[in-house]
Amino acid sequence: MDDLRQKYLEAIAGAGDEAALEDIRVAAVGKKGEVALKMRELGKMSPEERQVMGPKLNALKDEINAALAARKEALGDAALDERLKTEWLDVTLPARPRPAGTIHPVSQVTEEVTTIFADMGFSVAEGPQIETDWHNFDALNIPPHHPARQEFDTFYMHREEGDERPPHVLRTHTSPVQIRAMLAQGAPIRVIAPGRVYRSDYDQTHTPMFHQIEGLAIDRDISMANLKWTLEEFCRAFFEVDEVELRFRASHFPFTEPSAEVDLRCSWQDGRLKVGEGDDWMEILGSGMVHPKVLEASGVDPNEWQGFAFGIGIDRLAMLKYGIPDLRAFFDSDLRWLRHYGFSALDVPTMRGGLSR
Amino acid sequence: MKFTLSWLKDHLDTTASVDEIAEALTDLGLEVEGIENPLAKLSSFTLGKVKKAEKHPDADRLRVCVVETDEGDKQIICGAPNAREGITVVVCKPGDYVPGIDVTLSVGKIRGVESHGMMASERELELSDEHTGIIELPSGEVGESFADWMAKNQPEKVDPVIEIAITPNRPDALGVRGIARDLAARGLGTLKPEKTAQIEGKFPCPIKVTIDDDTREGGCEVFMGRLIRGVKNGPSPAWLQQRLRAIGLRPISALVDVTNFFTYDMNRPLHVFDADKVRGNLRVHRTRGGETLIGLDEKEYTFPAGAVVISDDHEIESIAGIMGGLRTGCTEKTVNVFLEAAVWDTIQIAKTGRATKINSDARYRNERGIDPEFNAPAIELATQMIMELCGGEPSDVVTAGEVPDVSRAYKLDTDRVVSLVGMDIPAGEQRRTLEALGFRLEGDLAHVPSWRPDVMGEADLVEEVARIASLTKLVGRPMPRAHVGVPKAVLTPIQKRENIARRTMAALGYNEAVTYSFIDKESAGLFGGGADVTMLENPISSEMSHMRPDLLPGLLQAAARNQARGFMDLALFEVGPAFDGGEPEESHLQVAGLLVGGTAPRDPWGSRRPADVYDAKADAEAVLSAIGAPAKQMILRDAPAWWHPGRSGRISLGPKNILATFGELHPKVLDRMGVKGPAVAFTLWPERVPFPKSTGATRPALAASTLQPVERDFAFVVDAGVEALTLVNAAQGADKALIESVTVFDEFHGAKAEAQMGAGKKSLAITVRLQPRDKTLTDAEIEAVGAKIVEKVAKATGGALRG
Repeated sequence: MDDLRQKYLEAIAGAGDEAALEDIRVAAVGKKGEVALKMRELGKMSPEERQVMGPKLNALKDEINAALAARKEALGDAALDERLKTEWLDVTLPARPRPAGTIHPVSQVTEEVTTIFADMGFSVAEGPQIETDWHNFDALNIPPHHPARQEFDTFYMHREEGDERPPHVLRTHTSPVQIRAMLAQGAPIRVIAPGRVYRSDYDQTHTPMFHQIEGLAIDRDISMANLKWTLEEFCRAFFEVDEVELRFRASHFPFTEPSAEVDLRCSWQDGRLKVGEGDDWMEILGSGMVHPKVLEASGVDPNEWQGFAFGIGIDRLAMLKYGIPDLRAFFDSDLRWLRHYGFSALDVPTMRGGLSR
Repeated sequence: MKFTLSWLKDHLDTTASVDEIAEALTDLGLEVEGIENPLAKLSSFTLGKVKKAEKHPDADRLRVCVVETDEGDKQIICGAPNAREGITVVVCKPGDYVPGIDVTLSVGKIRGVESHGMMASERELELSDEHTGIIELPSGEVGESFADWMAKNQPEKVDPVIEIAITPNRPDALGVRGIARDLAARGLGTLKPEKTAQIEGKFPCPIKVTIDDDTREGGCEVFMGRLIRGVKNGPSPAWLQQRLRAIGLRPISALVDVTNFFTYDMNRPLHVFDADKVRGNLRVHRTRGGETLIGLDEKEYTFPAGAVVISDDHEIESIAGIMGGLRTGCTEKTVNVFLEAAVWDTIQIAKTGRATKINSDARYRNERGIDPEFNAPAIELATQMIMELCGGEPSDVVTAGEVPDVSRAYKLDTDRVVSLVGMDIPAGEQRRTLEALGFRLEGDLAHVPSWRPDVMGEADLVEEVARIASLTKLVGRPMPRAHVGVPKAVLTPIQKRENIARRTMAALGYNEAVTYSFIDKESAGLFGGGADVTMLENPISSEMSHMRPDLLPGLLQAAARNQARGFMDLALFEVGPAFDGGEPEESHLQVAGLLVGGTAPRDPWGSRRPADVYDAKADAEAVLSAIGAPAKQMILRDAPAWWHPGRSGRISLGPKNILATFGELHPKVLDRMGVKGPAVAFTLWPERVPFPKSTGATRPALAASTLQPVERDFAFVVDAGVEALTLVNAAQGADKALIESVTVFDEFHGAKAEAQMGAGKKSLAITVRLQPRDKTLTDAEIEAVGAKIVEKVAKATGGALRG
């Protein structure tokens, strides 16, 4: 029996392919194979002999079957390995292209700002970009011929001959949205209004179109101190720092009184802005308490309601936060610029995950 | 507005430093734009004494000096002719920066002899142009700071110049006195008493003045003047010239310099006529239009109708309140001068100023508003100054019109001030502030000083109190949300839709551009715009003359710029307004996408192919789907003229509501826009997609069948003009319950197809997916649906199954 075992295990180990293995299987454990024949002989044996030989033969059969299966898998693996070797590819070749678009910094920063103010309970108001001069000026306490009007470098729309209305303007600021929002909603109100604004100015640091975001909060007892807190919270959230320091400086805007320009404590290191530290002060926005005349023009009683308004340049915020040097490039659509300064479609600013990556 | 420190000290008794003053000014709302402090560049230099001066062994003109300094004796080589023993000099030591020669000194060797610094001339320290020798000081101790010595002994040479920005509400700060008053109110010193003068006239004024009846209202309130005869004009004294130069004005002559002095000192523009050139009397009147005058700047101005001017008996001699005429201007030869002080209507000055485009100091002040009550005192003070500088004898003062009464008072509600500002400013402090600014308090009524035309209500009092109290001290105070708890979403449905469209486009591989809202007329015209109603009256250039009718021309211009930079494959998009007309409501939101060149770079896999109309369609559909457009849409063909007539379509809901247009752009349009095509694009109108009626978040239950779906393919031969959508819709209609979807998977057309199927024919192949709902389909049932599909398609398209 040991011979038999030896013979077949050697044969199995030496089998070169599946056909040879099958021949061995038939010869060894097939119906008429040597092991089967031996098993048939069991009937002729004495019960004692049978008790010894039976288990031995069964064990031999199992052993041969296991060896066959193992050899079969080994042969299969070897064949697969051979095949896989021939299937070599140069994986250093480039991958198939996947499109990757970008979001413009103006859109991204607008979403960042609205996300912060939404959390503070401000909704988003809108208004037209071709605006009546009443909404853009008169209602904002800038009467015709007032020197303040000259400071806006206003674009005027053409008027047909015979049309005696004052010409419409391209809105010079987002402030007319204050008027429209208050006329529509009355008080109390908390809105911000982002959008395009226009001034006839084009040089190193000015473009004839840029973006502002207006803020307006009117209630019974809102003060300038509330304005300062709101802007501090905004700056802290927007620049994603733990501390900010703002400085209010008296200034003049016809539509607010008192008015203040707001500076942010910062430092410049290698052209990068660091907010909340350093000895520099950078002007970032204009603000103030809404002028009673503006409230009146908007149908809100200034004896009952008061509040603040502010206007921030969105493009400027983007330049400061993301270190973008040149305003004019914002509107040039240079593909290299769009890719370099743009944001991924999935970079949706949230309060939960943060505004930027 | 520029002024010097010494000028400020004429009005303000103060010991504050330039830096303290500058900080206070900015905080008060008079923002400092620049400080020029000559002392700053002198800070490192000290006084020294020349102990010994001997000829240089190898140079005739040089001297080897031993100079006593705060750091001991130093050997300095000097070429100045006045370098000699015993004089007190200014020493610049190695390491010092010398501004006039733009050099930082080091120990040097001159012809073999070491030199440890230099002794400076005035030019080398930028004190004057003097360079004939080194500075010799008449006093001073060795080691004393030269800056201190100058400040003490020659302050006029090192007078710091401060430049501030003036907001339109503060005409009073266009005079040094107004600035001093603000600083005094802040506590940076005491305002010196106002100067007054009363000069008695010695004879009646031979020149009479009148204001036309139609010119009083909205023209000239009051016009005063007097003749001063026998003056001697000439250069003004050095102190006055120095002041005017310091603030960037050119001294002209004593008479003219006096008027400029009052302009800056008291915000009081004045004018002087050479009386001998004035023919007859002076009359203030309105122009008819078309008259001309050569101004003091030697330029000719033509007047619009209704401008206010001053004429003598012959012609116009002065643009009232803006600029005098050249003919009657004062010269060195003037001996009789007529001095004018008037109060002009601010709006009229602004109008005439704009019409004549003159930006003079007088216009700037007269259109912002001067102090009318100072009109008469100004005549007296200016007369006094002219007589001091030029001599002469004054006439009586002649007056036309009346000084306007600008007196008014507003209630100071000190509680309201605290409530608005959010700072605890005590009531007494509030009252003190207003009084320091010249307000007169009567109970709680604050009477406004005549020099503050901007103060027109209670709110202005609040501002005055707040800015003097200093907003820098303001401490933020939390403003809780109006509603307690988790904040609500704030975006409107269309605002959300805009964001989704934008991010979908970026996810599809497009780069977002932000282009100008205005474009050139021709480009606007190519896209259905360019009408006069969308035109700007004052465009910044002809490239930006019309409001854009569509976003595509801006994107195409961007594409052309990128192509010029060598980027030929582009996927650009923009989300923004397009303009249908010139009224506020005539604009709408668009999303536009533009694909130019290949879909991908060349690669081994053949990914690159030209972007085609089906790319544009796919992207338009993806955006529509993302913003919630219904799946069932029509495709119309008649796209506007800027699209390829055969390769464009319009996605619509019904025949009227066009949601998007897509296709290839017309080759002629691309050519005109300078874009190397082909280019495909789409324009999409998010506002036209209907908003769902229900606002709930609940979805309908999923009706997923457990039964196996069956797919069957059909190929039809149809006329080449048959549109796939017609065929698909017909097939779909064969059994609306059973047919889940119909998709086209092959189109076989062109010459080969015609050879097989006949001229004018093509083949369209569709897959129909059947989804049984209650029991598995039998072969017979499948056959029956198939036959119905063939029948419906035949009926709708005339097509037959391909054999």
